[in-house]
Amino acid sequence: MGMTMTQKILAHAAGLKEVHAGDLIEANLDLVLGNDITSPVAIKEMDKFQSDEVFDKDKIALVMDHFIPNKDIKSAEHCKCVREYARRHDITNYFDVGQMGIEHALLPEKGLVVAGDVVIGADSHTCTYGALGAFSTGVGSTDMAAGCVTGKAWFKVPSAIRINLTGKLQEYVSGKDVILHIIGRIGVDGALYKSMEFTGEGVAELSMDDRFTIANMAIEAGGKNGIFPVDEKTTAYMKEHSTKTWTVFEADPDAEYEEELTVDLSALRPTVAFPHLPENARTIDEVGEIRIDQAVIGSCTNGRISDLRIAAKVLEGRKVAPDVRCIIIPATQKIYLQALEEGLLKTFIEAGAVVSTPTCGPCLGGYMGILAGGERCVSTTNRNFVGRMGAVDSEIYLASPAVAAASAVAGKIVSPEMI
Amino acid sequence: MKLEGTVFKYGDNVDTDVIIPARYLNSSDPRELAAHCMEDIDKEFTSKVKCGDIIVAEKNFGCGSSREHAPIAIKAAGVSIVIAETFARIFYRNSINIGLPIMECPDAVKEIRAGDRVEVDLDSGTVTDVTLGKSWKGQAFPPFMQNIITAGGLIPYINSKS
Repeated sequence: MGMTMTQKILAHAAGLKEVHAGDLIEANLDLVLGNDITSPVAIKEMDKFQSDEVFDKDKIALVMDHFIPNKDIKSAEHCKCVREYARRHDITNYFDVGQMGIEHALLPEKGLVVAGDVVIGADSHTCTYGALGAFSTGVGSTDMAAGCVTGKAWFKVPSAIRINLTGKLQEYVSGKDVILHIIGRIGVDGALYKSMEFTGEGVAELSMDDRFTIANMAIEAGGKNGIFPVDEKTTAYMKEHSTKTWTVFEADPDAEYEEELTVDLSALRPTVAFPHLPENARTIDEVGEIRIDQAVIGSCTNGRISDLRIAAKVLEGRKVAPDVRCIIIPATQKIYLQALEEGLLKTFIEAGAVVSTPTCGPCLGGYMGILAGGERCVSTTNRNFVGRMGAVDSEIYLASPAVAAASAVAGKIVSPEMI
Repeated sequence: MKLEGTVFKYGDNVDTDVIIPARYLNSSDPRELAAHCMEDIDKEFTSKVKCGDIIVAEKNFGCGSSREHAPIAIKAAGVSIVIAETFARIFYRNSINIGLPIMECPDAVKEIRAGDRVEVDLDSGTVTDVTLGKSWKGQAFPPFMQNIITAGGLIPYINSKS
């Protein structure tokens, strides 16, 4: 019996000829990731080892991105703890204020992940790198601690859902709409413990940024990972960003899938997930009148340059509605600079939006855009759980950058074609 | 090992943001985290929970963020075990790795009510609702995971092998 793309990568990393869904394996890791919230817990755990020497100082990435620049004294202490750890172990890929970016935008941009890699990260959206044809998955701090010291992690080999993409996206429809549509169809536990393997002729029509957004939210369907085949766009991206050698794995023709799903990209409409679950997806035509108080454009899901370009295209020559706060957060320093050079920041500021240094801040209700009771936000982030962005009775509507920007102008949830 | 406590019951998709909201993640101290455990879905949880009590929930418990602070907060609040229909995968992993007992037992979840007294025999995987006078058999861990739990978590397990 054949293997899925994920199974092939895992078999290779475990030094096995073949693996089957349900097998428990130990795989060698190409990269272990942590951030300013999860790393301090991992560092504390590492004290329990007989030696806390790291397995490879070049294969650990520590990114200060959630509550930085430090939002309060406690966050500052956390960052200090990680900074000291990074210095003590001479960690090559430590990213602090000035070099940092939101981890899942930063690592591919820095060329730290390539096709065929096995990556664990103490952050649930680590699944983003599946866009590059890598196996990557979110874990907790203890797994991170074990990974940093041993260079290995245990995995239960996942079964898979094959998602066959056909057609081509229409204007103002993006990767975000694709993944919200899919989660709407299969539910927030529709891919529980499984791989989401994207395939089909529609893949070639998706930009790398679209693929990052789609793989990023595999966890929102409960998935262990989301993964794309490697094509010309992937290799072009890796050549531009990385000096690492990559390995291309392909699913066997007779690989077994637990479920198959076809998504016609041409038929998709801008999609919005209503509170309080990402599975509450509706097309823009079914939204009705939803007034908003805030619009957030950014995060590991949608803070990349193409996201900012589309937002700028919508905001150009327009004004954010007087009763709306529009917060735009480029995901990395490089994207920030690029947005500056392309004049996007000028467009945002002239429209009445604010632009922040890279941070995860508002996405998880940390800082930089917390909601008061009863307030509503349209957001390009990834979760709309109860209280995620602030007060327990605030509401988050997940959408694409195009819809968030248009909504900021209209003061209610709309698509660009409606303003 | 036998566990016994009063049940706190919740529905589907209890996410880690409500188990421990991110506004408290500037701390990693278990006691501080426990003081805010479940507060966004159950304001009375922290004042009512007693050592040994049991959380029973429906599908996909612990979905969302990978924060290990979630099982840490639950464990530090005194909860002896979480029983659910299913668990989100990162929460499942984290619980095993930090030594918080969890069990998948869909049949028990259907019938157990908030406030019931429940006993769990971890060795046999038996869940008994003393109030209702009914028992069910939960899903046993594969031996590999059982070894991690027996060792007291992932790192003691790795240490014991080397």
